[in-house]
Formats: sequence, structure tokens, C-alpha cells
Amino acid sequence: MVAQNVFFAILALLMIVSALKVVTTKNIVHAALWLVLVLAGVAGQFLLLGAEFVGVTQILVYIGAVIVLLLFGVMLTKASIGDEENINMPNRVLPAVIGTLMFAVMSYSIIDSYRGEELPKETVTNAARVSDSIFSDFIIPFEAVSVLLLAALIGAVVIARKEVA
Amino acid sequence: MIELLALNPSWWQETFLIKVPIGLLAVLLPAGTIVYLYLFKAISFMQSRLGPMEAGPYGSLQLLAEVGKWLQKEDIFPSKADKFVFAAAPFVVLMSTFLLVVVLPAGPDALFVDLDAGIYLAMAVSSVSVIGILMAGWSSANKYSLLGGIRAAGQLIAYELPLILAVVGVVIQAGTMNMQGIVLAQAEGEIFGWGGIGNPFILTQFIGFVIFMIAVQAELTQAPFDMPVAESELVTGYLTEYSGIRFLLFFIGEFASAGVFSAIAAVLFFGGWYIPGIDAGSQVFNVIGPLVLATKTMIIAFLIFWFRFTFPRFREDQLQRLAWKFLIPLSLVNIALTGVLKVAL
Repeated sequence: MVAQNVFFAILALLMIVSALKVVTTKNIVHAALWLVLVLAGVAGQFLLLGAEFVGVTQILVYIGAVIVLLLFGVMLTKASIGDEENINMPNRVLPAVIGTLMFAVMSYSIIDSYRGEELPKETVTNAARVSDSIFSDFIIPFEAVSVLLLAALIGAVVIARKEVA
Repeated sequence: MIELLALNPSWWQETFLIKVPIGLLAVLLPAGTIVYLYLFKAISFMQSRLGPMEAGPYGSLQLLAEVGKWLQKEDIFPSKADKFVFAAAPFVVLMSTFLLVVVLPAGPDALFVDLDAGIYLAMAVSSVSVIGILMAGWSSANKYSLLGGIRAAGQLIAYELPLILAVVGVVIQAGTMNMQGIVLAQAEGEIFGWGGIGNPFILTQFIGFVIFMIAVQAELTQAPFDMPVAESELVTGYLTEYSGIRFLLFFIGEFASAGVFSAIAAVLFFGGWYIPGIDAGSQVFNVIGPLVLATKTMIIAFLIFWFRFTFPRFREDQLQRLAWKFLIPLSLVNIALTGVLKVAL
């Protein structure tokens, strides 16, 4: 487990530095690129935990799709090279409060549910086990999320469609 | 493979002394072969000319000369470019190519990593190269580069879906996402009870194969899908400002990806390292497997370049329409059919 701890520390450090860069950099494209590093770090953490399928999904969905769409949108509208003025939010108190609250709630819930539990050694959850649990124990949340995504998809089509007058 | 040679290397020795050099070879050799055989020679014969003839016998050393030329060229940075992003972009593209080769099996024991979600990882890391292309297009501070980058992104997003959906049919039929498992499923499969040649999925997943190859053509931005680098409209799109070694890196990335995607197609649809007549568990495949896979790869890569050389460029709206209104519905039908037949048969 020592090697895993070392790599956890390296990845965590990379993620924290990149996350700080995301909010402090003065260029919006740079912010998106730093976010890529944060998300890649998340994928790395999943792989360290043996959650291969979730880690790969993280890469496919967040790096391969979400960030690409974000960069695509930014570059289509405005994407000047170099620092920009007024890119940071003037009100910093509210985000700080929200961020602290999020951190507190998530740390509490994680510590509360996993205190004292040790990961079994040599566990790689394979895709078959993931799909088995999705389609048996978690079938209702899975279907709910599917319907939600479908609704969002239809909503996007409706908004994007030009009404012919 | 390693056990055969009676070696017992530690993890870091196995990784850095054996796997990394073999991985480099596995990426660069097919790329070089493709460039010489197809980009230099096949296209020349199709156009009734000889192609390179001076460097080496039949011009076979031309590639070395080209690499030497690129290496000694000046590495130019446009003065208004975003220097760091501009410098890093080719490495992001190349990284995505090198990660693709990790999951390729070339024999029963000749593989880098036996990932349970092998083909899924390949699909995921292939999508990372878009970020490198967007980085290159944006950071060049050139409107042609930016247009090329945006075109590339729109195209790659559109064709990633049919690419992944075409693979789903194979995954359903094989019952696994593991690349080795997909090879074995084809080697041990039977066609209506006859197991003479196994069951290469090209027979049952022909629609999937066609969709996969069209999507690969678009993912590689090869003609007829080369709008991101359309030389008559955009100079060379996101590559416009690149010169010297960084252009070489993009060039290697392009042709190495062509090789790796052909190899993935060979594994998914043509049985990978397996050839009929020899037992699939036999140790022989550790030796001849890489050669078999390389042969199949080159045959499929020829298809990619054949289309590249003979088709005119699509228009941007035709490209999007083909992906969203034809390929994606067709691949969904293919998945549904495969699922029904898998349960029924």
C-alpha cells in the first residue's frame, strides 16, 4: 500500500495546485486547461483505488467531452491570448462560504461513512460487477438519471431549434 | 513472453527496460511503414508517378531523410502565440496515441496491460487528442489555426459517438470489453457449429466495421474528412504555425494513430493475433502473433489511405449530417439488432 499512498500524495498535490490555478489564472482558456489536469488527477485517484471502469469513464466523459465542449464554446465566442481584466468575480465572500460549506459537508459524510474501514487489498472492480450492481441494486436511480438526461437532451433540442415564423 | 526467455525482471525493469521500448517500436514502426508504403508509394502509383526514388533502394530511406530535415529546421514560435500551450500541444496529441497502444494484445502473453475495460480505455484516451488539437489551434494566434482547431473539435465530437457505438456491437457479441477476451471470443467462436476459422466479427458485425472505419477516417482527419487541415481553405488549419520538430510530432501522431486504430480494428473485427489452424492457447502465437497483427493492421491501414487518396473533400454541413443523421442512428440499430440476436441465438 506504500506505493499507492505515495502516488495518492503526488496526484493530490497536482490536483490542489491545478485547482488553485483554475481560479487564479487570468486567462479563461488556461483555466479550462488547468481543469483538465484536475480531472485527470481524479481519474488517476480512481485507478489507484482499483475502480478501473469509473476512472476510464472519468477520462471519457469529463476530459474527452465536457472540457472539449467547454473549450469549443469559449473559442467560438471569445478566446483572446494573454491576460484579461475583470475575469475574476468581484464578490469573493459568497463563493468562499459556499466552498467551505461544501468541503465541510463532504468531508463529514465521507469520514462518517468510511471511518475505520480499510480497503481490501488487490481489488480491481471489473466492468461486469459494475454493470451487475447498476442493473440490480441501483436500477431505480439508474432509470431516474436516464430519464433526467433524456429530458435535458430534449430541452437542449427545443432551446436550440429555431421556430419557423 | 517474458517467462519464455526465463527472465524474472522486477516491476520497474519490466516497465522501463522492456515495455516502454517495445511500446515505442509498436507505435513508430507501423507509422513509418504506413508513411513509406502508402503516403509515399501507393499514392504515387495511383497518380501514375514513381514517388521517392533517390534515397536508398526504391526510395526506402526517404523517411529518414525527411526526419533529418525536420529535426534541423528552426522551431518557430509566432510572436503573439501563447508559448507554453503552443509548445505543449503536440505532446498531448502524441500522448493520446501512445496510451492507445497500451491495451493492444499481440499474443496470448504478449501484451502491455491486460485491462478488463481495454477497448473502453482505448475509446476514452483517443478522445483526449482533441484537446491537443484545440490547444494548437488556439495558441497559434492565427485565425486559420483557430478555425482549423474549431472544425477539428466539431468533427471529432461528432464522430466519436459512431466510433464508440460501433464498438458496442462487438462488445455485446464477445461479452467482454477486454481486448484479449475479444480475440479469444473470435478464435473460439463457431459459424453455425463450424469452428474451422473461428468467428471473425467482420462477418456478423459488418455494419459495425463499416461505421467504425468511416468514424476512424474522420477521427484521423484524413480526406474526405480533412476539413480541419483543408489546405485550399485554411493553409493547414491548426498545423499552420508549426515547424521543425513540433510539426514532426504532429505528423508522427497522425500516422501512428492511423496504425493504432487499424490495429484496434484488426483486433475487434479480424481476430487480432489469431490465425485459423493453430490452437489459440498455443505459445507459438507469442512469436507469430505480433507479425499476424501487423499484417492485418497494414491491410486495414491500406483501406484508410485508399479512401484518403481517392475521395474529394466533404463540405462541413455534409460531414455533420452524415454523422448525426446517418451513422449514429445506423449504429443504434446495429446495437439493438446485435442485442436481440445475442439473446435469441
